[in-house]
Amino acid sequence: MVVAEHINKWYRTTQVLNDVCFETAKGEIFGLIGPDGAGKTTLFRVLTTLIKADSGRATIGGLDAETDYREIRTRIGYMPGRFSLYPDLTVRENLEFFATIFGATVRENYTLIEGIYRSLAPFENRPAGKLSGGMKQKLALSCVLIHKPSVLFLDEPATGVDPVSRKELWSMLRQLKEQGITIIVSTPYMDEALLCDRIALMQHGKLLSAATPAQVIAAYPRKLYAAEAPNNYRLLNELRANPQVASAYAFGDCVHVAFIAQSDTSIPNLREIPPGIEDCFIELTTGKGAWNDHRKNDGK
Amino acid sequence: MKNNSPFSVHRNSPFIALAGKEFRHIFRDVRTILLLLVMPAAQIILFGFAVTTEIKETPIAVFDPSKNVSTARLIKRIDASEYFRVEQMLHHPDEITGVFGEGKIRLALVFGDGFGGSPALDGRASLQIVADATDPNQAGTLTQYLSAVIGDEYRSQLPAADAPPSIVPVVKMLYNPEMKSVYNFVPGVMGLIFLLICAMMTSISIVRERETGTMEVLLASPVKPSLIIAAKAVPYLALSAVNYCTVLLLSVLVLGVPVAGSLALLTVASSLYIVVSLLLGLFISTVVRTQKAAMIASGMGLMIPVMLLSGLIFPVANMPVALQWLSSVVPARWYIRAMRGIMIEGLPLTAVRLEIAVLCAMGVVLLVVSLKKFKVRLE
Repeated sequence: MVVAEHINKWYRTTQVLNDVCFETAKGEIFGLIGPDGAGKTTLFRVLTTLIKADSGRATIGGLDAETDYREIRTRIGYMPGRFSLYPDLTVRENLEFFATIFGATVRENYTLIEGIYRSLAPFENRPAGKLSGGMKQKLALSCVLIHKPSVLFLDEPATGVDPVSRKELWSMLRQLKEQGITIIVSTPYMDEALLCDRIALMQHGKLLSAATPAQVIAAYPRKLYAAEAPNNYRLLNELRANPQVASAYAFGDCVHVAFIAQSDTSIPNLREIPPGIEDCFIELTTGKGAWNDHRKNDGK
Repeated sequence: MKNNSPFSVHRNSPFIALAGKEFRHIFRDVRTILLLLVMPAAQIILFGFAVTTEIKETPIAVFDPSKNVSTARLIKRIDASEYFRVEQMLHHPDEITGVFGEGKIRLALVFGDGFGGSPALDGRASLQIVADATDPNQAGTLTQYLSAVIGDEYRSQLPAADAPPSIVPVVKMLYNPEMKSVYNFVPGVMGLIFLLICAMMTSISIVRERETGTMEVLLASPVKPSLIIAAKAVPYLALSAVNYCTVLLLSVLVLGVPVAGSLALLTVASSLYIVVSLLLGLFISTVVRTQKAAMIASGMGLMIPVMLLSGLIFPVANMPVALQWLSSVVPARWYIRAMRGIMIEGLPLTAVRLEIAVLCAMGVVLLVVSLKKFKVRLE
């Protein structure tokens, strides 16, 4: 559905997208996971035809993002990260406005958003600026869906939204997926990564080959241990000073440790644990390249 | 599938939706409405009545050591004139600095010791005018007015036959016989108002959409970018037309400034200037990133040059050559000149063709540059 081939993008001397390649299937939730500044938003803008890549090619449903941008724009829905609707227009006015500029009417596609919009209906005449964060998010989603796009791009849709609304949002995304809409979503939250069909971790403009969350976790390159001590802070400092330790970081009530080669068994209360998606991401961002080496050796 | 939506089947055109949304933004914000509809009227009234460079009942102090008939006559005459009011009689010349310092007076008149009899005849009369030159223009005007009043008195004392042969020019004030400053301000204020409404508001409203991310959604929609921009301009164009009528009506009916020339020509020139201002706003929106920057660019970058370089306050001809060159890139300078020509002097199109041509050229340049910079994509 969405294909990116060797996309490169520079801003002056900084390379913000570095040979990005991926492919999504129809009706898939594809997650781009990465910290702020990883290049997620830039990638979204290339895919939504808002900016041109310096090299490489992006296609949406077989249409080229550079030459067929006008056709693509009728088929995609894009919710930018800072998208905040028009605060002075009412819920209904916002929805009708976005339907109109996409050449649709709310009526003809109402069934698509009905599930999301039902809870908003009582506030139809309230200015969008006076809605709660979760409500705003629902309205924004309704607005980008109202022209029945076949691909939905959501740039950090859950940032700044309370946990309950985040949960709701993800269940809405699953419903949309059931209707055959391809969803590309970016998020800095690890727990959301598990909700995607496939994820791609992104850092410094580079995208690691896409995999299911389970595959990503399985590819964790080391043995991971949890250590506990009365004073976790002191323990953490000791571990970081230990030359055998590859990485050590506080994680909930304990400290997670990974070793470069041999495990240092002299450390008390050490127990091996299965890595989570967060451990994978920390390994990726701080793991001194071990992850990349490992994945290359792995061949996949 | 049953469609139970409460929404209508009516399909609007994107352009109407965009322009309608813009009107809603304006009419739902009290401050914007005040700025766009009340401020222009307030400004024209304020400039017409309160802010004036005319001299009226200026307080002065007098030191008169001789206190005789002729000094008394002169003082009375000065006090009786509409320009001056004798605020205080001083007892010693040293008091002058004091009263200036208190800010009670703006001018002091000091009679010489031997001022007496007929000053014109005994040749010993001496007079000193002391002015506060912190505002040199004002001081110059005040001393001129006072000298004129004294001169009148001096001439009236001479028998007509004894008058020395002298040349007294007869001055005729064309177009503005009463020398009302409001004649100067009406075109200037119009130049300011349209710039404010069109350039500032348009640029801010475009940049605001960029800041809130809605512009990205609009650009990623099938609507043509040129349509988005054109729809943005519609409300400001309409509001400018309303303001044009209010300002013109106020200046004719309330301030008594006549429209000497052709109303049609005046309207054409103003429309041209409004379009140039809109394009200027569009241009600003393509170079700045934030609403604040747009505000500063149009506020500092446009308002101040308009106030200072357009000839609204300081005549362009008095400026150093470099500033005159600089002022010629300010559209308001040309518009204000054209307005003065058409509205006050009643000149025909041929007399203001240079101004009109310059405004046209500016419009074309801004249009080309903005279209080049505003692309179908984000960058």
